[in-house]
Amino acid sequence: MSLLKVTNLTKKFGKFTALDGINIDVNEGEIYGFIGPNGAGKSTTIRVLLGILKATEGGAEIFGKDAWADAVEIHKRIAYVPGDVNLWPNLTGGEVIDLFVKLRGGNNKSKREELIKKFDLDPSKKCRTYSKGNRQKVALVAAFSSEADLYILDEPTSGLDPLMEQVFQECVMDIKKEGKSVLLSSHILSEVEKLCDRVGIIRQGKIIETGSLSELRHLTRSNLLVETKQTITSLNELQGVHDIVEKDQALSFQVDAEELDAVIKHVSQFGIVRLESAPPKLEDLFMRHYEGGKQTEAGAGGVS
Amino acid sequence: MASNLYNKTGHLSRLIVRQDRIRIPLWLIGLTFFTLIVPPAFVSLYPSQADRNVMAETMMNPAMTAMVGPGNLENYTLGAMNTHQMLLMTALVVGLMSILLVTRHTRANEEDGRIEMIRSLPVGRLSNLNATFLVSCVTNFALALITGLGLYALGIESMGLEGSLLYGAALGATGIFFAGVTGLFAQLSESSRGTIGFSITVLIIAYLVRAIGDVSNETLSGFSPLGWVTSTEAYSSNNWWPILLLIGTSIILFILANYLNAIRDLEAGFLPSKPGRKYAAKLLQSPIGLAFRLQRTGTISWAIGLLLMGLSYGSIFGDLESFFEGNEMLVKMLASKEGYSMTEQFIPQLMIVMALLSTVPPVMAMNKLHGEEKKGRIEHLLGRAVSRTRLMASYLAISVVNGFVMLSLAALGLWGAGTAVMEEGLSLGMVYGAAIVYFPAMLVAISIAVLLIGFVPKWISFIWLYVFYSFVVLYLGGIFQFPEWVGNLSPFGHVPQLPVDEMNFVPVIILTMIAIALLIIGFVGYNKRDIES
Repeated sequence: MSLLKVTNLTKKFGKFTALDGINIDVNEGEIYGFIGPNGAGKSTTIRVLLGILKATEGGAEIFGKDAWADAVEIHKRIAYVPGDVNLWPNLTGGEVIDLFVKLRGGNNKSKREELIKKFDLDPSKKCRTYSKGNRQKVALVAAFSSEADLYILDEPTSGLDPLMEQVFQECVMDIKKEGKSVLLSSHILSEVEKLCDRVGIIRQGKIIETGSLSELRHLTRSNLLVETKQTITSLNELQGVHDIVEKDQALSFQVDAEELDAVIKHVSQFGIVRLESAPPKLEDLFMRHYEGGKQTEAGAGGVS
Repeated sequence: MASNLYNKTGHLSRLIVRQDRIRIPLWLIGLTFFTLIVPPAFVSLYPSQADRNVMAETMMNPAMTAMVGPGNLENYTLGAMNTHQMLLMTALVVGLMSILLVTRHTRANEEDGRIEMIRSLPVGRLSNLNATFLVSCVTNFALALITGLGLYALGIESMGLEGSLLYGAALGATGIFFAGVTGLFAQLSESSRGTIGFSITVLIIAYLVRAIGDVSNETLSGFSPLGWVTSTEAYSSNNWWPILLLIGTSIILFILANYLNAIRDLEAGFLPSKPGRKYAAKLLQSPIGLAFRLQRTGTISWAIGLLLMGLSYGSIFGDLESFFEGNEMLVKMLASKEGYSMTEQFIPQLMIVMALLSTVPPVMAMNKLHGEEKKGRIEHLLGRAVSRTRLMASYLAISVVNGFVMLSLAALGLWGAGTAVMEEGLSLGMVYGAAIVYFPAMLVAISIAVLLIGFVPKWISFIWLYVFYSFVVLYLGGIFQFPEWVGNLSPFGHVPQLPVDEMNFVPVIILTMIAIALLIIGFVGYNKRDIES
């Protein structure tokens, strides 16, 4: 069942088109990854979903209600964490958490305490003394101690340290187990890969790709850099190898995860001197979409 | 060891002097000017001993003693009078100067991380503290010398050299004492706010202990450094021991501050910084509670300010009639009407000023809604189960109550002080009515702010232009003789000028209706537009 449905959403600020006919579907119990570079329109989409911005054309429905007209009703069942958490400098973190939880309705004291402990937050400090990460923790504690049905998280981990990112991921897995839905905006691909069932990629106000992770198999390609004693031959004949580039003595290319074994076996015949592997970066993905027309063969494996 | 701790103190002192090369001279010039301008004024106000004895008579009551301390009322010479009425107040200001200067160069410097850089250089651990002490001691010594010699140079008969120097020394010693107090609290407290707060608390407690002691029990005053200041009795008994006592205590404070600085870590303090609330109070947990909480301090300050303004306007009512006779300009500003006293004719003029000033805090309270939006904090509320109407209504409710309270306080202050100083008293109903009749005009101003926030938040400043316009055309209108329509462009121009005018409900009702209409339009607009980010 579709919990959140965005249909042909367009948002213009004057002449500038921020969102251009966006379609998103988030089903019940699903974690939806919403990825794209800065300024692509992620936050604008989320603001429309929250009824803070009004759609120019098209619209969004959450729980079958209109995101603009029924905002208050919808918000009773939503928890939201903004990407840039601005708080009131003279209130303490604890006060802000209580205020946020109360404004949404409902109260869960034990969960609040547990989360404050988990995120290692000092709630007695004034918000002016908090770093970006700590302000984000305040918003996260407020969101996760609410009993919401849909969690809208806008780049929630951009200020967190790796340990806290781990805690965040646990929290998301917990609410998933409870059958709740999440819309997670991010540009950290590893986080999205770990958590999300389905992914939508936005670029310049358009959804350029959407589907489950297995459908977007190329997201899980690894970047390899191999230097060998002898020159590697017939690499381009192997399956799942893309974007071969010669760099000095070495070759750099991308490999689909399931072909990795075969490719390494092939390459190792030539006497490996150096082998570097890196997870695919989001930029690579976008680059491929730009160059999609020119390098169809090497590039867009999963593009429909 | 010692040289290691105090290395480069001289250099740092020069750095402090360089930073404060304007600030310190300004304090010194201000305090000297203030000290030297009063005795000549006393000479012209109370030329004969008989005049001064009358003054002594009026000063002889507990309220005055509590305020300015004991004085030599039996032999109330010009010098005794000056010491009695001026020394304690000036000493308070000198104490404040020292508190601000020392905090600035110790804890504030440390809090901002500048001391960390200084300390990474070959500079002693205690150098900055002692450089600060050195500069504040030199400053206060200079103050003592300049004011002392300056007072003597006035050449007033009863103000001899010893008394003058003692008067200056009392001021300087107070400054040095509070430099020591602040230096100590700069070690104890972790923040510059705390340092200033604790030090000013000591200053105020010293003043209060002395006030209670002077009225009831002299021994108690002996515990207050400000009690020592008045014990100098400059120009009368000329006691020097309080100066020695002040300097001696200051040295102990300096040593204590040095010791604490030596044993503590950089940026650490001894008093734990007070943790805030872990949970939100019930009051805070709603949009209106939050809006109130965010503006609490500002609102209270405005309320006190407007009450004081009312009081100070009211306090001149005592000799208003004689005052007006000598001022043609003011007479011109008042549309003179038969059958009303000058005071009654003056009231509408005051009311316009008070109403317009009382309009500032409620409009600020309303504009806060847009301020929060610009800072990206409105999303937190609208992203939860709070409708835009409820949000805007919360700010509106606070703004309207705010305006009502401000106007009432100004009116009550005016009435309270006026009725106290006038022989025949003032009618509360008349004064309050003359003020509150402006409330609908104030509502119009608030509703214009709502309209702007609802449709064109970028132009929010227009409301200030409008309030300022109202002030210019209505308050100064009498002088410039503007045509009537200029004043009528302002809602405040339509309000009947009680008590001189008859009460007329038509404009009041129309203003209220305009306000309601503008509010409705503003709310509709706010519900339709995008929230800025």
